[in-house]
Amino acid sequence: MDSLNLSKFCIRLGDHCLIMAHRQSELCSNGPFLEEDIAQINLGLDLLGQAEALLIYAAKLEGGSRSADDLAFRRSERQFHNFMLTEQPNTDFAFVIVRQYIMSLYLLKTYQVLSKVEDETLSGIALKALKELTYHERHFSMWINRLGDGTAESKLRIQTAVDELWMFVGELYEEDALDLTAQKALYAPKGEEMKAFLMEQITAKFTEATLSVPESVYMTTGSKQGIHTEYLGFLLTEMQYLQRAYPDAKW
Amino acid sequence: MSEVKDTQGQLWEVFIQTKKGLPFKHFGSVHAFDKEMAIQNARDLYTRRGEGKGMWVVPADAIVAVDPNNDASFFEPADDKIYRHPTFYELPDGTKNM
Amino acid sequence: MGAEELDVLFQERIDANDKIEPRDSMPEEYRKHLIRQMSQHAHSEVIGMQPEGNWITRAPSLRAKKILLAKVQDEAGHGLYLYSATETLGISREELIEKLHQGKAKYASIFNYPALTWADMGAIGWLVDGAAITNQVSLQRTSYGPYARAMVKICKEESFHQRQGYEIMASMANGTAEQKEMAQDALNRFWWPSLMMFGPHDSDSPRTGNAMKWKIKREFNDVLRKRFIDKTVSQAELIGLTIPDKDLKWNEENNSYDFGQIDWDEFWSVVKGGGPCNVKRLKHHKKAHQEGEWVRKAAAAYAQKHSSK
Repeated sequence: MDSLNLSKFCIRLGDHCLIMAHRQSELCSNGPFLEEDIAQINLGLDLLGQAEALLIYAAKLEGGSRSADDLAFRRSERQFHNFMLTEQPNTDFAFVIVRQYIMSLYLLKTYQVLSKVEDETLSGIALKALKELTYHERHFSMWINRLGDGTAESKLRIQTAVDELWMFVGELYEEDALDLTAQKALYAPKGEEMKAFLMEQITAKFTEATLSVPESVYMTTGSKQGIHTEYLGFLLTEMQYLQRAYPDAKW
Repeated sequence: MSEVKDTQGQLWEVFIQTKKGLPFKHFGSVHAFDKEMAIQNARDLYTRRGEGKGMWVVPADAIVAVDPNNDASFFEPADDKIYRHPTFYELPDGTKNM
Repeated sequence: MGAEELDVLFQERIDANDKIEPRDSMPEEYRKHLIRQMSQHAHSEVIGMQPEGNWITRAPSLRAKKILLAKVQDEAGHGLYLYSATETLGISREELIEKLHQGKAKYASIFNYPALTWADMGAIGWLVDGAAITNQVSLQRTSYGPYARAMVKICKEESFHQRQGYEIMASMANGTAEQKEMAQDALNRFWWPSLMMFGPHDSDSPRTGNAMKWKIKREFNDVLRKRFIDKTVSQAELIGLTIPDKDLKWNEENNSYDFGQIDWDEFWSVVKGGGPCNVKRLKHHKKAHQEGEWVRKAAAAYAQKHSSK
């Protein structure tokens, strides 16, 4: 893949990780017990590390004057390309688990493919991330079981989360021109392959956890063109505040 | 199923082998609701997922302990737990969870 | 053997610098004192996650965000080590949390002050963690084994926290005029509360007697406070910030700094619940606990259902 396309590709992936990490970090001191607080921060740190590595590489590939921090803190809402799923709020613990579980599967598959590419920087990032994501998937899948097959209340809450978040899953296996370019270069799996992988994993896990997979639902779309839900604006306002308020300062 | 109590899980003791060939050492304890969670929690707390580290997690009340320094006449086979007073404080029924 | 004889034997062990372990014979007062001190130390780590966590989502760079997250994760870990050590004395985590919520157990008063600007992340790391280190290095030699071991582990991880804080202050003091002003303002607000972390004058502290006798505490409050000040003043001077104490003066004869009067009214008021954030900190902790109830119950229910595995 040429540098420009590769940088856009890295920005997309970096954005997913960055926004996921940000949502994860909001859980700090809000966990259901201390061990889980630590676990969630740990996972957030992994994602932040991946985001940083990807955005640093993207900035380098661009060859311009933007740094990774510029990408994270100076782009506007319409310039972010994270999946809408990642920006959904931490409504309750069930929403966190479902959102992060599904995204973990996506990242797992994505990094599996990327770990084999020619580009050494990217395959290096992917290999390290793969070890981390294996752990993430295990952690979230463990909670899917416990919430789905726990109490009546937990089942209701997690099924609600699944039902409400399902409309955002379609974006994870959508294809646009950049995706097709990446697929051709063997940097990404085909949309059909990603969809099959996600559905297979999710169906098996949800069945085990006595949860139901929603029937065909309207799937939202647009993040690849910078169209987001109303949540992203607020998230960025908070995240970017200091850099925007003190544009000449170095932190 | 009986009414589920709100607890912080059970106490598990954590033993870690920092390098192959070395003995397992007691590192401390974690709370968890089952052994899968106990392993994950112990890993997050004591190893930050360092690779190649062997780990055992054991329910604290499964451990039998003796202290050779105590006078033999004070050794009570029924009182062989590693910590004092193994029955933990129980909140009375109806206590509003704070 | 009578209680009096046991107490004598216990004191002999303490005087000989023996380490006391969980099942060792010990005076009930010793055990109670330790439960109170260790659990309050644990609660402090956990409550401390709140003011620091206040700026995670607004950290101004990817690196700053990573470092702050790692630091707060450490604090949580330290809380866990300390809860673990406290539980060896025959009290459960449930009961410790209950006591915190009922106001029967306290936590370090410093965390009742708000983290108002990004510079506070610097001030907290540099001063609050700095003061904690001074105290914790001393506690590594405490008489109770599990507490001492927890302190050794914590001290290893703590120096990164202070460096992180100082680095923030240094870079801001060296940055734009607004950044420098922000850093000085944070120092102005956190200096005296950090000195208060060492507690009252030993003469005004009713528990100091037993604490020193039983070697739970190894050094006096005023000694530790002085040590902290002497270490820190030059650090401030190095980065061009001014310590907000007009009576701060180097005393050549004593080879240490003379310093001004601590506002003991403020100290006792905050300890008793009258600080800016006392209500908020506890409310936050209770809320997280309450909202987590259904999750904990789900995990317990699942474990019950699958207990044969």
